[in-house]
Amino acid sequence: MNFLALIGGVFLGFLGAVGRLARFAAIAVSHMVRPPFYPRQVLRQFLDIGYFSLPVVGLTALFAGMVLALQSYSGFSRFQAEGAVAMVVVLSITRELGPVFAGLMVAGRIGASMAAEIGTMRVTEQVDALTTLSTNPFKYLVAPRLLAGLLMMPLLVLVADILGVFGGYVIGVGKLGFNSGSYLANTWDVLETLDVVSGLVKAGVFGFLIALMGCYNGYHSKGGAQGVGMATTNAVVSASILILISNYIVTEIFFAR
Amino acid sequence: MTETAPKIRLRDVHKRFGPKAVLNGVDLDIAAGESVVVIGGSGSGKSVLIKCIQGILRPESGSITVDGEEVVGMGGRQIERVNAKIGMLFQSAALFDSLPVWENVAFGALQAKGMDRKAAFDLAVETLSKVGLNADVAELWPAELSGGMQKRVGLARAVATEPEIIFFDEPTTGLDPIMADVINDLIVTCVKRLGATAVTITHDMASVRKIADRVAMLYQGKLIWVGPIADIDKSGNPYVEQFINGRADGPITMDLRR
Repeated sequence: MNFLALIGGVFLGFLGAVGRLARFAAIAVSHMVRPPFYPRQVLRQFLDIGYFSLPVVGLTALFAGMVLALQSYSGFSRFQAEGAVAMVVVLSITRELGPVFAGLMVAGRIGASMAAEIGTMRVTEQVDALTTLSTNPFKYLVAPRLLAGLLMMPLLVLVADILGVFGGYVIGVGKLGFNSGSYLANTWDVLETLDVVSGLVKAGVFGFLIALMGCYNGYHSKGGAQGVGMATTNAVVSASILILISNYIVTEIFFAR
Repeated sequence: MTETAPKIRLRDVHKRFGPKAVLNGVDLDIAAGESVVVIGGSGSGKSVLIKCIQGILRPESGSITVDGEEVVGMGGRQIERVNAKIGMLFQSAALFDSLPVWENVAFGALQAKGMDRKAAFDLAVETLSKVGLNADVAELWPAELSGGMQKRVGLARAVATEPEIIFFDEPTTGLDPIMADVINDLIVTCVKRLGATAVTITHDMASVRKIADRVAMLYQGKLIWVGPIADIDKSGNPYVEQFINGRADGPITMDLRR
């Protein structure tokens, strides 16, 4: 009986957490579309997510493309299907690896920093200070971050797609001996608009989730340094898990037959 | 005889965190232009009281009015409107560490009142001068300031928009006695200059004697004594006497394991 009560308690706790998160997200989204807006805050977040994440996301995508070319060549050569390398690289990068790798890297970089910054503001009463200065913390802190996550991640993933394909091209042509023109032609021929669009939609969803988990965990952090540390860990872990779950859902929506 | 409506009125305010009742039926009237100091031990609910008035925390029951307007249950926009009348100095100063000092001081004017940045900078420098800080400080970051300077910047931020009500949360905690006295003097000067209603929470009896027109003592969620500062030494209340004299022996007991 106690075991059943334990399961029930965990399940109710989970539902409660989902409800609190959904309510937080709904309030934050409602503040994204209602004035006043804080363009300086939005610009700062655009720069932080979109510009300062470029090196880490770019490098990840570049090396992912290079490794993918090597691995697929090594695997496909067993079936004399080496010609499929360009196709595998471009489809894998645009549909999956570009958005997922970028999402996970940004979750580590931005999700953690959002949770730590807002969490520190919470425990040092800076969030309360915003309220006393007639500034809604959701509008000033949360809405700009969600907007930046939603809009900047697709741009980052677009760059990641290009660099990932470029990485595959460099290995394909420079190391595996493919003809440059035919590699590019293969890449271009197989690529469809939907492949890129689905990746960009995923990126938007991931960006929103990363910012949401960073803000939610930071906003509800308690205590001192330990509470902020816990909020940061929770933000990264929960965003990473949500990225993988939502990746499946978006893939199902776009590609399930 | 006509009675003036109080600036802030609390009636039977209850607030609990889990099983612990922090405010347990608080009644208090604060007149316009009056300086009330709430004293009480650590964890007695003084900060909670202020946060309830500002709408940061919502009491379970009771009524809190500011200028006759009920604050309990107010929506976000209305709370922002009420808070536009209020300035607050936080215990830790709570300066925004991602903004330079001048933007901290002029934050209310910049964000809530839409002042342009040049005018806001001038306002910040002028307000900083009123708390004894020169213009060089304006461009510094909060992390570059000492504790006393942070408190003064926090005070400048609290008074920059010339609020009608100012809250001071433990304004002298963590400061040396001389700096504490400087802060007390600045509080008295700023409040008098603005003609503001002030509510201060502190355990520092030097602050109480300097700042207060009236004193209220909070103990176990209730105000157990409210009276003019002149009467505090002859309150006849054993709790107040123990507190103001800082004695370990008396009706207020600390749960210590020996």
